[in-house]
Amino acid sequence: MEERILDILEEICEDDVIREDKDLDLFEEGLLDSLGVAELLVAVEDQLGKVIAITEIEKEDVNTVNKIIALVESR
Amino acid sequence: MTMYGEVGFFLLLLVLLLPAFLLGVFEKKRALYILLVSVFFDAAAIGRNPAGIVVFILYVVWETGISQYYQRLYRKQGRNGRTYAAMLILALLPLVISKVTGVFGYTFFQILGISYLTFKSLQVVIEIYDGLIKDMTPFQMAGFLLFFPTVTSGPIDRSRRYLGDLEKELSRAEYLEMAGDGLEKLLLGAVYKFVIAAGCYHFVSVLAEEPGAGPMIGYMYAYGLYLFFDFAGYSLMAIGCSYFLGIRTPENFNRPFQSKDIREFWDRWHISLSHWFRDFLFTRFVMQSARHKWFKNRLTTACVGFMINMTVMGIWHGLTLYYILYGVYHGVLLAATEIRQKRSGFHKKHKKEKWYQVISWAVTMQLVMFGFLLFSGHLL
Repeated sequence: MEERILDILEEICEDDVIREDKDLDLFEEGLLDSLGVAELLVAVEDQLGKVIAITEIEKEDVNTVNKIIALVESR
Repeated sequence: MTMYGEVGFFLLLLVLLLPAFLLGVFEKKRALYILLVSVFFDAAAIGRNPAGIVVFILYVVWETGISQYYQRLYRKQGRNGRTYAAMLILALLPLVISKVTGVFGYTFFQILGISYLTFKSLQVVIEIYDGLIKDMTPFQMAGFLLFFPTVTSGPIDRSRRYLGDLEKELSRAEYLEMAGDGLEKLLLGAVYKFVIAAGCYHFVSVLAEEPGAGPMIGYMYAYGLYLFFDFAGYSLMAIGCSYFLGIRTPENFNRPFQSKDIREFWDRWHISLSHWFRDFLFTRFVMQSARHKWFKNRLTTACVGFMINMTVMGIWHGLTLYYILYGVYHGVLLAATEIRQKRSGFHKKHKKEKWYQVISWAVTMQLVMFGFLLFSGHLL
């Protein structure tokens, strides 16, 4: 599961740095923005079959790779 | 009776907030009282207009019915796209009828607060589809719509947040602190609306009569300031009033005139509206276009999304040419801002420097003020 999430994130962020430092703040580094989050949720739903609604998460819930992995795995 | 607009309202408010205050101080349940006092104020706001009362009741029953029916369907069908679309159309229907009949001069379908209440109704439908709302009762839905402090013009609250506050048990100390903040907001809002906005309006009406470019420019700034202090003042009073009832209605303005670009402006101006549009229109559009690969790249998706988002917002303000132009104008500005921030090397190189920020702020303010001039209808 973790590997598949990393693949999705690598494609959206267009940078493999996300594999190296999983606690990096993705918004501060300019790797992710609100459009990227929307694409992430679509990919998670279509590729992993897990529905996460945009209004149930805050920016702070998805600002690092580790948080995103934990969120998706909790579903 | 005009809400937040006449002495009679404030006298009634003083009397009817007192029981709420006592309930808060003695740590009793507030939900039933809030429902009763809301029914009273909503009826008073509609006034001596039997047709207005009837359509208002019909509206609340209609939207409450949809929320109940859709939750039941959802338990059987789950995420079904067709049912979802049908429920969205049904929830939107009263607003469409109201706006279209309004254009043709009919007034029988003018429902108190319908422009704002529709956002609440749609949010509930969308979040049922998202699986976030599963057991909302008819009383909760009706109470959410009827909540009087925000019924006429917002701020637009979200149902799960609202119901969380409504059922939350506040200690005496917590309630008193909230009521204190509420009083401060009520008073500050009154100063904004009745002192500063009224003062600005004096200049607006004088300058509106003068011909020529100079007075037009003066009108633009005076009208922009009037609009802010009038609506921010109203919003503060509505929020302050909510606090007395133990409901933390979200803020609507956060120093919009210090925005350094248009995107930041929409994060600070009429926030409850722009964030509603962001969450329920813009982001949904981006998700659909990502899923079906409508556009080559993310920048194009964002630009088209901004155009659609703001044009719909313009239309929502009213089916009038200058409101729609106002929406399109902001759509273009947001798209241009996005392109500049993503593509301009100059922007990326200098965005942290003071001089660049000052220029960016000054330009943003002129663009914003020109937008208000469009919105005022005085230009066309």
